[in-house]
Amino acid sequence: MKRLVILGAGTAGTMMANHLQHELDKNDWEIDIIDEREEHHYQPGYLFLPFDIYEPDDIIKSIKEFIPKGVRLIQDKIEMVAADENLVKMKNGDQLHYDVLIIATGAKIAPEEVEGMKGSEWHKSVFDFYTFEGSLALRNKLREWEGGKLVVHITEMPIKCPVAPLEFAFLADSFFKHKHIRDKVEITYVTPLSGAFTKPKATEALDHLLQDKNIKIESDFAIAEVDNENKKIIDYGGREIPFDLLVTVPTNKGDELMERSGLGDELNYVPTNKATLQSLAHKNIFVLGDASNIPASKAGSVAHFEAEILTENILRFIKDEPLKEEFDGHANCFIETGGGKALLIDFNYTHEPVEGTFPFPGVGPLRLLKESRMNHMGKLAFRWIYWNVLLKGTHIPFVSATMQESGKHFA
Amino acid sequence: MEKIIAGKPIEVNEEGYLKNFSQWNKEVGEEIAKEVNVPLTPRHWQVVDYIQDEFKKEVPLSIRKIGKSGVVDIKEFYSLFPNAPLKTATKIAGIPKPASCI
Repeated sequence: MKRLVILGAGTAGTMMANHLQHELDKNDWEIDIIDEREEHHYQPGYLFLPFDIYEPDDIIKSIKEFIPKGVRLIQDKIEMVAADENLVKMKNGDQLHYDVLIIATGAKIAPEEVEGMKGSEWHKSVFDFYTFEGSLALRNKLREWEGGKLVVHITEMPIKCPVAPLEFAFLADSFFKHKHIRDKVEITYVTPLSGAFTKPKATEALDHLLQDKNIKIESDFAIAEVDNENKKIIDYGGREIPFDLLVTVPTNKGDELMERSGLGDELNYVPTNKATLQSLAHKNIFVLGDASNIPASKAGSVAHFEAEILTENILRFIKDEPLKEEFDGHANCFIETGGGKALLIDFNYTHEPVEGTFPFPGVGPLRLLKESRMNHMGKLAFRWIYWNVLLKGTHIPFVSATMQESGKHFA
Repeated sequence: MEKIIAGKPIEVNEEGYLKNFSQWNKEVGEEIAKEVNVPLTPRHWQVVDYIQDEFKKEVPLSIRKIGKSGVVDIKEFYSLFPNAPLKTATKIAGIPKPASCI
């Protein structure tokens, strides 16, 4: 009997368990998935919770519910991976030998990386919305906040869902308009990038939207510290931005388990072949989702596309066949723009987001890089798709794992 | 597009970054540095050498990584190349502007 072990039962790991459960011969293979947590969170929901659009119940289910029969779920702490011995060592002393290992341990925030960020104002006037606790604390704050300077801030790239902070700024604009206090709120968007986004055409569209919504942008800001006493953020160049309410996306890092196991880079991401998803250091280790260092978005859609390709590569690896170099960095993201509208972007390693139609070339019904109500409906429908289709590893009809070039207006 | 830098035609993009590192030499670096108002000292050159080495090794660059390199800390990096140090330093070094991945 051989054993395949998946580390992490979040979006990526759960999808992979579902894929492989269908594909691997149960007479030859045991599949184990390890995650110490009890709850599976729909992380895109953290964006909506602060604005009272979603309730906690909408975004939390049990991990168990999504692990298929025939896959063993181990809810215990991992001490380290001893890759040279093909062993996962558990905190309780157990050891698990694997033939193939899939790392899907994700990324999380590390506010302690910036001086003062997790200081006396943490979750009082300085909030994150990348954790359930942060998002909920921010909801409670926003319910009673009467206005002032709102600063929406990104510490450094890469971050999970790079469009989320922009969406937060757009939704905040909408939220305060709705509460009739928009005139009492000054919104500033602070980013280490040179514009709203990293890709030129999308930056142009998004910069324009920021202007339309009267959101000021401060670019090229590399934060050095949060000054809790005087309520301002200061960058290495000495630039200072005052706030009454700071909503920050702290540094994102891979799991500390990677550091303990000597498998990660300086941000604990695992060096990975960007086309095959095989780890660069160990042939029988594969990396899926946010845990890898590939230059793709850290997003559920990316993990979904990767999972389809990785499933095939795992089967090839087991049969000793050459791996498919097929992953193209495909990402597909809705961007909430407030007022019941959203944008949609679809892109990969080589093609930046442009205008067009999706998923049917020339037809839609979704419009790329343009605000529409239909896109917003798509974003809301996505929660249902997530729980019922995506996690189960079911192929989403008409949406291919690699990016489709037709229907897009490349210059 | 082509631009004359230090007396020779060089391929650059719209933002003035060299398209081809092989066209770079110290004179080209010095002229770009003048354009962006950064007078180069030996300390600047140490940093430029370091990021060129990393580029040749195909290691993606970030401010964090440079800060932890032991060559220069982030504060000094900012004082050497004010405002957007990584963008300025890579331009002078003749390598592509680092794409923060998304």
